[in-house]
Amino acid sequence: MNYLMVLYILSFILKAEGVFLLLPALTGILYRESGVVCYLAVAAVCFVTGTLLGIRKPVSRSLYTREGFVTVAFSWIVMSIFGAVPFVLTGDIPSYVDALFETISGFTTTGSSILSNVEGLSRAGLFWRSFTHWVGGMGVFVFIMAILPLMGMGGSTMNLMKAESTGASVSRLVPHVKDTAKILYGIYIAVTVVEIILLCLFGMPLFDALTTSFGTVGTGGFGIKNDSMAGYSPAIQNIVTVFMILSGVNYSLYFCLLSKKVKEAFRLEEVRWYFLVIFVSAGVIIWNTRGLYATLGETVRHSFFQVGSIITTTGYATTDFDLWPSLSKTILVVLMYIGACAGSTGGGIKVSRLVILVKTIWKELSLIIHPREVRKIRINRHVVEHETLRSINVFLVIYFLLMLVSTLLVSVDGLDFTTNYTAVISAVNNIGPGLELVGPTQNFSVFSAFSKFVLMFDMLAGRLELFPMMVLLLPATWKKR
Amino acid sequence: MDIIIVGCGKVGYTLVEELSSEDHNIVLIDENPRKVQYIDEKLDVISIVGNGISHETLIEAGVETADLLIAVTGDDEKNLLCCVVAKKTGHCHTIARVRNPIYNEELGFLKKEFGLAMIINPEQTAANEISRIFQLPSAIRVDTFAKGHVELLHFKIENGSILIGLKLRSLSSTLHTNVLVCTVMRGEEVIIPNGDFEFREHDVVSIAAQRHDAINFFQKIGIMKTKVGNAILAGGGKISYYLAKALIQSGIRVTIIDIDRNRCDVLSSMLPEATIICGDATDQDLLSQEGLENAQGFAALTGLDEENILLSLHAGKVSQAKTVTKINRITFTSVINELDLGSIIYPRVITADYISKYVRSMDNSKDSNVETLYKLANGKAEALEFIINGESAITGTPLQNLRFRKNTLICCIYRGGRVILPSGQDIIKKGDSVLVVIYGYSISDILETLED
Repeated sequence: MNYLMVLYILSFILKAEGVFLLLPALTGILYRESGVVCYLAVAAVCFVTGTLLGIRKPVSRSLYTREGFVTVAFSWIVMSIFGAVPFVLTGDIPSYVDALFETISGFTTTGSSILSNVEGLSRAGLFWRSFTHWVGGMGVFVFIMAILPLMGMGGSTMNLMKAESTGASVSRLVPHVKDTAKILYGIYIAVTVVEIILLCLFGMPLFDALTTSFGTVGTGGFGIKNDSMAGYSPAIQNIVTVFMILSGVNYSLYFCLLSKKVKEAFRLEEVRWYFLVIFVSAGVIIWNTRGLYATLGETVRHSFFQVGSIITTTGYATTDFDLWPSLSKTILVVLMYIGACAGSTGGGIKVSRLVILVKTIWKELSLIIHPREVRKIRINRHVVEHETLRSINVFLVIYFLLMLVSTLLVSVDGLDFTTNYTAVISAVNNIGPGLELVGPTQNFSVFSAFSKFVLMFDMLAGRLELFPMMVLLLPATWKKR
Repeated sequence: MDIIIVGCGKVGYTLVEELSSEDHNIVLIDENPRKVQYIDEKLDVISIVGNGISHETLIEAGVETADLLIAVTGDDEKNLLCCVVAKKTGHCHTIARVRNPIYNEELGFLKKEFGLAMIINPEQTAANEISRIFQLPSAIRVDTFAKGHVELLHFKIENGSILIGLKLRSLSSTLHTNVLVCTVMRGEEVIIPNGDFEFREHDVVSIAAQRHDAINFFQKIGIMKTKVGNAILAGGGKISYYLAKALIQSGIRVTIIDIDRNRCDVLSSMLPEATIICGDATDQDLLSQEGLENAQGFAALTGLDEENILLSLHAGKVSQAKTVTKINRITFTSVINELDLGSIIYPRVITADYISKYVRSMDNSKDSNVETLYKLANGKAEALEFIINGESAITGTPLQNLRFRKNTLICCIYRGGRVILPSGQDIIKKGDSVLVVIYGYSISDILETLED
């Protein structure tokens, strides 16, 4: 284990967080709030700690898969630990455990909150909460790789990117990891800015537009209103629907479009399935919830919003879907599992993994009929390597085991099954709301501190796609080589 | 620059590693998925599994917009075909590796008719380098510049040399020679020495000089050895063939030992003047029988690095021969450098240097051109020859008034058949060919040696 290198990279993460923390401070200054000092102080602490960690330059710059995974998992934890401090200092969230839950929920783009009255928070606090979504959405390592030349590391930075990005197989868009990271962030920023402008044009105040956009594009889901998005005009809700769904699309689609490979873009199997699932689910829900709302238009709007919000694992709500009929609620739970596309900012199992899994099932069934058949699984016309298939299978096993164990641990609190179960699904898949006591109008403050820690681990594991956090638990990781 | 590399063997890997670190965008094509995956994890490139001759694969790799395609698969024919397909699809420059001796005489024809920018033959290049060493056995490495008028000669300071303890400042006054010390390698360290530098035992020194001045210098420091008269080549591969041919041409008697009967038959029919021995080159008795004790040159060129190392150590022990060792893989260099192997030849590095040179001359400006490039000290330092095509900030000003970057040395200026070892008053003019040694950075234009 190259500890020095891990610490060295951690120093960059802390410095970056120091810079990020200046933004809520700026917000505080604009709104003349007293919490500014706290944000500035924490930013300074991040900077000093980062600089101290960076003093000892690592002798060997090698970063193998193990170091890559550990660095990423560790950095996300450290980032959350520091990021939670301002909430406590400003008094927005007095309990540190709650503040940590809120911050991890932010960075992992979950959007589950422990606050019952969001509107009581300071402006700086609201901004920081939403901004953590934006940072966590595309990932902080991708950000650092885009702006800093991590010299002498060459292709091994790919190990960091692999650990942080979503999807079964992470590939480069262009030869250099650095340029790939730049392109990803370029698209990310562009989408965010467009949404902010559109929201402002349709009458949303700038502050609301900023925080809503951070939450949408990062597929987070922290609202700044107690009723999430329900209070905004239908036009605004529709814009958010579109941007949520767009943020759940594999970013290589946008890269294909940008580099004028339109044909290739339309050939992306995963994106096709993604849209199919959205339209079919929304269709069924529209039919199922007919009569619940005054007009058909309203039904369509709410159905698409909720479907988009859940499948992309954002977690905004325009209506209390806990009151929907059972079929619609179940569809939403199924969508929670499916999640967004690989290579997007969303969570969940990911459409591509499921497509491959379904094809694997197909292959196995076909093998019963033709025992000697040789059949390869393809996606986007490319053969999927055996290693990728194996890792997807293992992913699924860990995924369900993690949910099972977490539900078991959380049920110690004695709440009802639906609450516990959907809370865990919501945490692992980075969605936000669940059903019953953690439904869209409720919050997570009902859980004990122990359960909160379990859910925090689930959120991190879900965001980093299980393996990095699991590697941390492996004793062999910490042994000297 | 966008570069496509087809084939990922030893040379391919070295190329990818080197060009990717020089900030080019590399797309790699290879048919072996395992190799591709290995590279994908280690280096900063896009890699594609596929056949490099396939039009579709090439398009996927972006051949339509690429600047350069380098075909270095194991197959000459594949490489040529790949370049032709690429040329027809896009408008990139193409470089092919062709190493079969049968095509060797026809390279000019192939290059012209297929529209190739360059054909590389690593075995031929390595053989040339070994041949130069056998011509001047005092050096352990000989790099040529200015069409052979200037040489960069590397030699090791042995125990008891009169150079030990001598300051560089007093070198010319003590020895009265016309050579310029360029770099000194001390262990893993590379030094571009100044006047206060003091030579020590085991230093590997490189000097820039014309051949007669170098001979004069070697005589004065007492390590002059004349051209070898006979040489034993262990292993009968392609390098041995090319080397034997070159050595025979300059009147050196050659014995080649190879274990494969069929290969010996082929060699014997292609090289009538050489003595071909069919036998195991690692057989001590056989080596003695063939006169290793009296050999003046010995080259270990078998396919196994370990065998080559042992053979050279053995030859160094039992004879006075000048030894040359071929090493294919570039791992364990720090251990290998400590052994007394004489000259070490890395064919893949030589090839990579050649292509690097081409790539740099492709993307540099109009006023200077990279003519030659050699990497020194495991790639830490570089010796480059530039042709000055136009007036620029570096021309017309005395060198002492120019502000060069740290670790830069203008070694030599070649102007109209005259070699100048420059002092502070000398100036660089248009049309000159300038030899520069740099350490710690890399350049493709001579102007980059100046401070901003």
